[in-house]
Order: sequence, then structure tokens, then C-alpha cells
Amino acid sequence: MEPENTSSQSPAQPCGNCKSSRRDFLLKLGVGLNVAAGAMIGIPLAGYVASIMVEKFPLQWINLGPLSKFPEGKTTLATYLNPYRRSWDGDTDLIPCWVRRLAGENFQIFAINCAHLGCPVRWFEESQLFLCPCHGGAYYADGSRASGPPPRGLFEYEYKIEQGDLFVKGGLLPTLADTNP
Amino acid sequence: MEKLRQLYFWIDDRLHLTKLFESTAGHHVPKSSGSWFYVFGSATLLCFIIQVVTGICLALIYQPSASEAYASLEYLSYDVPLGWYLRAVHNWGSNFMVGIMLLHMTQVFLFGAYKYPREITWLSGCILLFLTLGMAFTGQVLRFDEDAYWGLGIGASIMGRIPFFGQEVVNMMLGGPIIAGQTLSRFFTLHVFVLPGAIIALVSLHLRMVLTKGINEYPTPGILVDRKTYDAHYQTILRKEGVPFVPHAIDKDLIASAVVLGLILFLAAFDGPKMPNGLADPTQIDTVPRPDFFFLWIFALAALLPPYMESFVLLVGPIVLSILLFTLPFFNNTGEKSWRRRPIAVLTVVLVWLTFGILTYLGKTSPWSPDMQAWTKDETPKEFLVNRSPLELQGNLVLQYKQCRLCHAIDGIGGKRGPDLAEVGMRLTEPQLVRQVVQGGGNMPAYGKNLTRDEITALTAYLVSLRPPGIPPARDSTLPAKPAPETPVSAQR
Repeated sequence: MEPENTSSQSPAQPCGNCKSSRRDFLLKLGVGLNVAAGAMIGIPLAGYVASIMVEKFPLQWINLGPLSKFPEGKTTLATYLNPYRRSWDGDTDLIPCWVRRLAGENFQIFAINCAHLGCPVRWFEESQLFLCPCHGGAYYADGSRASGPPPRGLFEYEYKIEQGDLFVKGGLLPTLADTNP
Repeated sequence: MEKLRQLYFWIDDRLHLTKLFESTAGHHVPKSSGSWFYVFGSATLLCFIIQVVTGICLALIYQPSASEAYASLEYLSYDVPLGWYLRAVHNWGSNFMVGIMLLHMTQVFLFGAYKYPREITWLSGCILLFLTLGMAFTGQVLRFDEDAYWGLGIGASIMGRIPFFGQEVVNMMLGGPIIAGQTLSRFFTLHVFVLPGAIIALVSLHLRMVLTKGINEYPTPGILVDRKTYDAHYQTILRKEGVPFVPHAIDKDLIASAVVLGLILFLAAFDGPKMPNGLADPTQIDTVPRPDFFFLWIFALAALLPPYMESFVLLVGPIVLSILLFTLPFFNNTGEKSWRRRPIAVLTVVLVWLTFGILTYLGKTSPWSPDMQAWTKDETPKEFLVNRSPLELQGNLVLQYKQCRLCHAIDGIGGKRGPDLAEVGMRLTEPQLVRQVVQGGGNMPAYGKNLTRDEITALTAYLVSLRPPGIPPARDSTLPAKPAPETPVSAQR
């Protein structure tokens, strides 16, 4: 065994590397191995946690049911199953939306979420307004902003009609980050 | 007895308990710090301990699964013996922890305790404040009721306003593109593992700083903090009037802690647990989401900020606030400590408490929210119906049926978003009322497309009739009714 203080003397040597003691080497090896081991667990951990930020969740076509469910000239509440649902989602797997059937195959489908801060807007047939219970945002029947704090009109989903069924393109909580879900 | 003594010496020799005591609980503090103003820190710590203990007990039953959480809370509240009581203590403990922490912070600020050499004590305390608020928010989510669901929606909507990578942050927060099972799992992880762990680490640092840099002496007006002389000054205080914290300065802490514990237990027993208010079922949209007490001010802010500055304030505001808090001990490092000689500090405290207090009150009453049931549940007081013509009575029906009262009260009954209509007939003329109803404006939607000409006629006739007895209807001031007034001085130039 070399004396304890060898490593503290080594900087005085003109050639640090070639005269490096065994203890020095073991220390550096130990630190190096731990950095490597740390990276080996740290990188997968970071990847595991952050993968959700990289993952893409494309919108999907979801069947809302036959056209006959939606009377012309009316705005009705429809619900669809979240395409990204899991068996442990409980009641949260059902997503509501407002379906406005103007006439024939002419529809508008609005997200339930207020464009201000996401609270569920309610449709009032008599006054032809959507009203938000949180901060009082109001929208006209066509989804355009009427008054209150929302910076824009209601979020609108794409729709299509196939074999007499109405399909909505959904699967995302609409926020201002993606104003065209 | 001698055997016990020997046993004690043996244990002390192995564990160095006496030394540990002398350097921690028994460390010397200025006698002046044994004050009623210095009890809030230990009381906050007591609340945290209550939260940890009751939280562990609740976790024995609670199911952090979106499909089971609600049922497990009901089971916990109704079936498990004393489960309701533990939930109530956890809820009140949380309220007290935030509340007393704010008092502690106020006291520390007013007593200049953040100044040299206790900057890190203040910094760790600020982080603890944010962690504690994080605990309050994540805890509210674990109740997983409709308020929790839409509260998450509000949180995600705020995150969604972040430019460029808003969607990525939303996905990170929710654990997916929509609030679902994995959202609850991550908030459970935060509430039970991450945040409490961070709090324990930060509290350790906080207490360590109290030991290394000493507790702030009770400030005396006129004695200024100077980086060159303060340490010696503090040592002099300790030499002259230092007492061991245990047992000579802990008395008031003990009493305050007991009072706080007693209050929490009493309120828990008296008030009971905060029950989840409705299933976290997004299709149940007849809901009026409200955050828990300590977040009502944010809720109010979101209603009152003008749209053009809202995203900026919601996203940049917290950063600015944090920078102000974190840098305070560095730009205000020395000088006077006593609040008696720091009027700006006192004014700051008064303004901050007033601002947050008023915002919280507004959040509680939320006058900006329409009263969704007003058009069916609220009657029109009799005096606003008698002595009306048939046309005016028809107008009252329009007012009721077209849901005007969701936003407009009549004599205080109805929604508070718009002005009360009880005296509108003496404020606005009929043409003005027609214009307002048809075109909207000033935060009122336009009803032109939604009312017939006859309905508008009836409605405005009724509105004109709404005025105190004996007061004539509002008159168009551009029409000559009495001698024209002299030209105002301001118009003469």
C-alpha cells in the first residue's frame, strides 16, 4: 500500500499522468464508472418521463351515431368515447361535444370547452347562446364569440358523414395551443 | 437507578445524543426571539407533520385510479371508522398549513429576517411556499370530482397558452391529450411522492440554515444590518442574552402549536370532511366549477383581466413574482430590519394582503358568472309587475323567457354579470334600449337575430317602465325639452 498522501503530492510532479498513483486512478475510475452508470439510468428515466411530450396524438374519426339523432335547426349534446381511453379511465372516457345541425348534411360541431379556460359551455336554446359557468364567456349559435373573456369563438371539430352516420374528428382537449383541433 | 444511569451513558456514548441535542434543539437563540411573533414557522411545520400522518392513513384506503377514486373516497367517508375524521383533519390541516405559512412569511418580511446573512433561509422558504401551493392544488385534484376535472381543464388551458410548445406542456401535465386516468396517476405521484419529498428536503435545509445562521433577533429600530459587523453583533447578543431554544424559548411555540392543532381538530370534527361534489364525468355539464379557497384569486384574475393581456399576465406574472421573491434578500440585503422604520415594507404587506383578499372575495362571489338557473327559478318582485300595461307585461315575459336574467338581476334577484335592471328606465331611453338589445355591446351579446320586432317593442316598453315611483323615464338630452344650457366653459377654449 502506498502512503495516504501520495495523491496530494502528485500535482507537484512535472508529469501528472505518468506518475499518477493507483489511488488516484481508482478514484477517477470510480467517478467515471458512476457517471456512466448514472447516465445509463438517467437517460432512460428522462426518456420515460419526457416521452409524452414527443409522442403525437393524431385526431381520430369517431362515430357520433346516425344523422337522425340530430334534429335539423337544433343544437344538441353528443358524447363520444375518447379514442385514447384506457380501461381505468372511469367516467372520464366519455367526451361531450355540441352538435349543431343547420340543415341536411350541414353541421357544426363544437368542443364543450370554453376557449377561455376550458370550462364546459352550456347551450341555451331560448336565447340562442352558449354560456360558460366559470367566467361568463358567451358565444352565438354559430360558435362565434359574443362577449366575455374568451379570446376567440368556440373550438370547432371537423366532421364527415358516411353511410348515414355523423363522424367527428376528436381526441384532444382543445386549448389555445392548438386552435384547430 | 444507577443501572438506568449507566444505560443512558452507554447509549449517549454510542449515539452522541447530548451533543446532537446541544447543536440542534438546545442551540442558543437570542432571548428576544422567544416571542409570540416567532411561532408561525413551527406551527407550519406542525401542520406539515399532521398532513404527512393523516395522508399516510388516507393512502391506506384511497385508490388513485380514475375509475375508483370517487368510490374509495365515499367508502373512506361513510364506511371506514373515523375515515371521515381523518379526511376532515387532512383538509383543515391543508388550509391551516397554507394560511399559517403566509403569516410566517409576512412576519419574516416585516421583521427583515431575510436580510444578511439569512438569504438562503428566505429562498428555501419561498420554494417551500410554491411546493405547499403545489400540494394544495394536487390534493384538490385527488378528490377527483367535477371541480377537480374542470380545474385540470383550466390548468391545461393556461398551459396551452404557452407559445410554441404549449401542446407538449399540456400533454406533459395531463399525461396524454385529454384528462383521463393517467392524469390522476401523475397528480397522485406529485402529491404523495415528489412534492412531499421535496418539502422534506427543503424543510431540512430551512432548519439547517436556522441552526447555522441563527434565528433572527427581535429587530430594534435604529440598529442596522451591516455585512461587516453583523456576525459579531449577533454573537454578542448570543453571549449576552442567549438561551437554549429548548427549554427556554420553545414555550410559546408549544402553546401556539397546541392551539393550532386544537383548532384543526375542532374544525374537522365540527365541519366534517370536504366531500367530492359530483362525479368527474365530463358529460355532466350542469356544473359550476370552482377552485379551492387558496386558488380563488387566480380564478378571479382570469375573469377580470382584459383578454389582450391575459395570456401574458397568467404566464409571465408568476415568473416576475418569483423573481421578485427570490431576489428580495439580494437587493434589500442590509439596513433597517424593524418594520417601524420600513414604511414601504408595511405598505407592501397591506397592499398584497388587500389585493389577494379582494380577489379571493370576488372569486368566492364571482359576480361575472351568469346565474344559469335564474330564468326559471327567480321570480319578478310584485312591484315590478303591478300597474303595467299588457304590452309591458308581455315584455316581462320576453325578459324572463329569453333568459336575460341569467345576467341581469331585478332588484338584486338574478345574475350579477350585467347591470341590475330595477331602475334601467331612468338611465336609458327607449331608442337606447332598443339599440342595446339589438346590437349588444359593453359585454352584452346582440339579440337582434333572436328577437322579433314585436318582442323587442314589448321588452323595451317593459324596461322603460322599470324605474322608481314618481321618476320620469330617461330623456334624450339632444332633444330640446327645457332651455338649452349655456355653452360649457371647456367648449369655449
